[in-house]
Amino acid sequence: MRPEDLLISTPQGLYSPAGDFHVDPTRPVARAVITHGHSDHARAGHGAVLATAETLDIMAIRYGADFAGTRQAAPFGTRVEVNGVGITLHPAGHILGSAQVAIDWRGLRIVASGDYKPGADPTCAPFEPVRCDVFISEATFGLPVFRHPEPAQEIAKLTDSLALFPERAHLVGAYPLGKAQRVIALLRAAGHDRTIWLHGAMEKLTAYYDSRGIGMGDVRPARDAAAVELAGSVVICPPGAMSDVWSRRFPDPVTAFASGWMRIRARARQNGVELPLILSDHADWDDLQASILATGCSELWVTHGQEDALVHWALLAGLRARPLHLVGYGEEEAEAAAPETAPAAAPTDTPA
Amino acid sequence: MNRFAALLDRLAYEPRRNGKIRLIADYFRHAPDPERGWALAALTGALSFRNAKPGMIRQLIAARTDPVLFALSYDYVGDLSETVALMWPAPAAAAVAEPPTLAAVIDAFATLGRGELPELLAGLLDRLDETGRWALLKLITGSLRIGVSARLAKTAVATLGEVTADEIELVWPGLVPPYEALFAWAEGRGPRPETENPAPFRPVMLAHAIEPEDFAGLDPADFRAEWKWDGIRVQAVRSAGGGEAVIRLYSRTGEDISGAFPDLAEALDFEGAVDGELLVLREGRVQSFNVLQQRLNRKSVTARLMAEFPAHIRAYDLLVDGTQDLRSLPFAARRERLERLAARHRGGRMDLSPLVGFASWDELAAARRDPAGHGAGADAEAVEGVMLKRADSLYLPGRPKGPWWKWKRDPHTVDAVLMYAQRGHGKRSSFYSDYTFGVWNAAGELVPVGKAYFGFTDAELAQIDRFVRRNTVNRFGPVREVTHTATEGLVLEVAFEGLARSTRHRSGLAMRFPRIARLRWDKPPGEADRLEALERLVAEPAPSPGRGQRARSSPQQEPEHDG
Repeated sequence: MRPEDLLISTPQGLYSPAGDFHVDPTRPVARAVITHGHSDHARAGHGAVLATAETLDIMAIRYGADFAGTRQAAPFGTRVEVNGVGITLHPAGHILGSAQVAIDWRGLRIVASGDYKPGADPTCAPFEPVRCDVFISEATFGLPVFRHPEPAQEIAKLTDSLALFPERAHLVGAYPLGKAQRVIALLRAAGHDRTIWLHGAMEKLTAYYDSRGIGMGDVRPARDAAAVELAGSVVICPPGAMSDVWSRRFPDPVTAFASGWMRIRARARQNGVELPLILSDHADWDDLQASILATGCSELWVTHGQEDALVHWALLAGLRARPLHLVGYGEEEAEAAAPETAPAAAPTDTPA
Repeated sequence: MNRFAALLDRLAYEPRRNGKIRLIADYFRHAPDPERGWALAALTGALSFRNAKPGMIRQLIAARTDPVLFALSYDYVGDLSETVALMWPAPAAAAVAEPPTLAAVIDAFATLGRGELPELLAGLLDRLDETGRWALLKLITGSLRIGVSARLAKTAVATLGEVTADEIELVWPGLVPPYEALFAWAEGRGPRPETENPAPFRPVMLAHAIEPEDFAGLDPADFRAEWKWDGIRVQAVRSAGGGEAVIRLYSRTGEDISGAFPDLAEALDFEGAVDGELLVLREGRVQSFNVLQQRLNRKSVTARLMAEFPAHIRAYDLLVDGTQDLRSLPFAARRERLERLAARHRGGRMDLSPLVGFASWDELAAARRDPAGHGAGADAEAVEGVMLKRADSLYLPGRPKGPWWKWKRDPHTVDAVLMYAQRGHGKRSSFYSDYTFGVWNAAGELVPVGKAYFGFTDAELAQIDRFVRRNTVNRFGPVREVTHTATEGLVLEVAFEGLARSTRHRSGLAMRFPRIARLRWDKPPGEADRLEALERLVAEPAPSPGRGQRARSSPQQEPEHDG
């Protein structure tokens, strides 16, 4: 039996012919398994959705309670059967609720890992390697130039700058789901107990993290802040907001950006970032290799990112490996790296 | 080296000019001599690591990494030094020794032989962290790219005390690193350093591009106008003081280019400093920039080259007359002295750039539109616009806003189809930002006619980048071919300054200074321009009026020769 009988890549994303379901489909389908709540993976309008309870909650916050026909929460480690195909979710360590999808059928196991990172993260369950025959990995940071530094060291850059420029607001660009809350949690762990001001796009999600027991401390909407309160304060906003009209309320802010892309200087400069914080929710080059080897897989499929380099490494490591050329993923990070997103009407928004 | 690397790192991210000056000045205040002097030399580009070739760095990294992974990484990062700094396998923490000083690094590179360098460099890289490795590699490959000009670094020195940046510019040509006398002077601890250059460069005065709305506040009676010649801005300095005459030709940045133009230098017989445009003249007619370009960047200046491309100066201004510095006189007074100097000049190879008469902005606009009919005659092809100079303007170094304006001719434009895209380097790395575009030939095929890599806004760059990623039909290494049929594809409105015959391009044409003027999402590729339309432009020098130049959020300077 070939793995392709169990799972194939289609224009809508990964699809299981045997189980008749999709994983993270990019267009509405009858039955979907969703790895995590980022909008390039979790879209509204599916008939039935299987995901972790947290991912279902996050989708409801983002898309409204009726984002899918039916919703089924699957706890980590509990096997669910769909048309005779087994589905088990395992922690991916990417953001709160993020899961790898282990799919088993007739003795063959394929793990679709979604986005993942093995590093420590106070905001979500730690990544768990799952033994499998075929491992499906992303490759966002799949180049040897990406070696993420210690998160504590990066957060120290921010707290040092707060001490150095106590009269300036520190505007931190961070993706509203996951990264923003991780920055807050890391600041709290570093002893920063001042009010942290939030852009409107991340209020609900941050409150949700707090309700799940991930202490966010004193966080308030930035629109309520008086100018004097902002001096020496951290303000967290979506990356795009750093360069739009919204940010004009902060006089002479220090602009920081929390992203794995900050490892590349040109990326930071392109975005006018003065304080790059190399903080990623994706596996770096070393983590990708270690995670893949830990699964004991004999075959690697690579979804999105720097697939050429990761496939090259895997072939040298004696694995069968190929890129899937999936389209439509990684836009979250890509947009997080670009300050301005294209107008919705631009013809480029229709994938060819 | 650590402190200097940290400075470079901060500078790389600091966008504010004043922020950069403060960072550099802060470094100068805290770093000791001679370390800070070597840093100043690095920032002003005064250091040369002739033996440190990128090839050596490539060999070092090749011995330590997989070639495919290195190639993919380099393509992605777009910068050799940064790629190597990030990929360099760090030795075990226990083995790391004290990082080297900048002075020690410079000394080692200056004294060691070529054969010893690879081992030296590898040892230095082992002793530095990512930032240190990046700074070292940037330094020795001479491409700091941290947005700091020599002028800015000198300005930072000036803020240490009471000295001004312009005063530093004047003594600069006679100084050598590590500039201890300069720092002593700037900090009020020592005398003004004496310059020993008998024919020194004077910092050049530059003009701002004028925008339509600027005219409202300006009175034509306050200004003089002259043609903006399409050549290379130069400063010719000749000093006969006492012994043998010293003649130097400087580029507008102060680079001594006398060696490339011995025919011109020999012919000059005035005494003083003339600001003008370097042009090629044949039988009294100014040749196009394309012709001048054939004389530039040649390794050897042969008699044949000089005969075929005779260099001239068309004089705009007189900075020094005899030994008298005129820069604090108004333009009108300097012009009068220049006219007298030009009239008595016997050496040839130099003439006066004529003034353009006008009583109103409308009259000047007419002259700009039709230089041939307004005094430029047969030389009109080499006119790239008009310059406006206040009659009372002093000769000020830098680009002061107000006294001088440049008003360039509107560019040509063509609607072309995006065919290939390549990721940029440096600031644009990881974005598809270099575009090859084509127009339709008689057989109904697209033929590439040029490449452009700027002119668009950041938002437009993001849109094109996304278009490229989603419409790739072929990959050739870092290059992607995108959809370009009559019905599907992206039309780019490309602006350019001129067109010349070229055997290097399949279309037989080469564009000068092409840039993206507009994205035509609305236009089907089938309606883009045809090659015949461009062919006609080669014969037709002046752009048709009314094809207006659009104001861009960040206008790019046409490189170097533009004033």
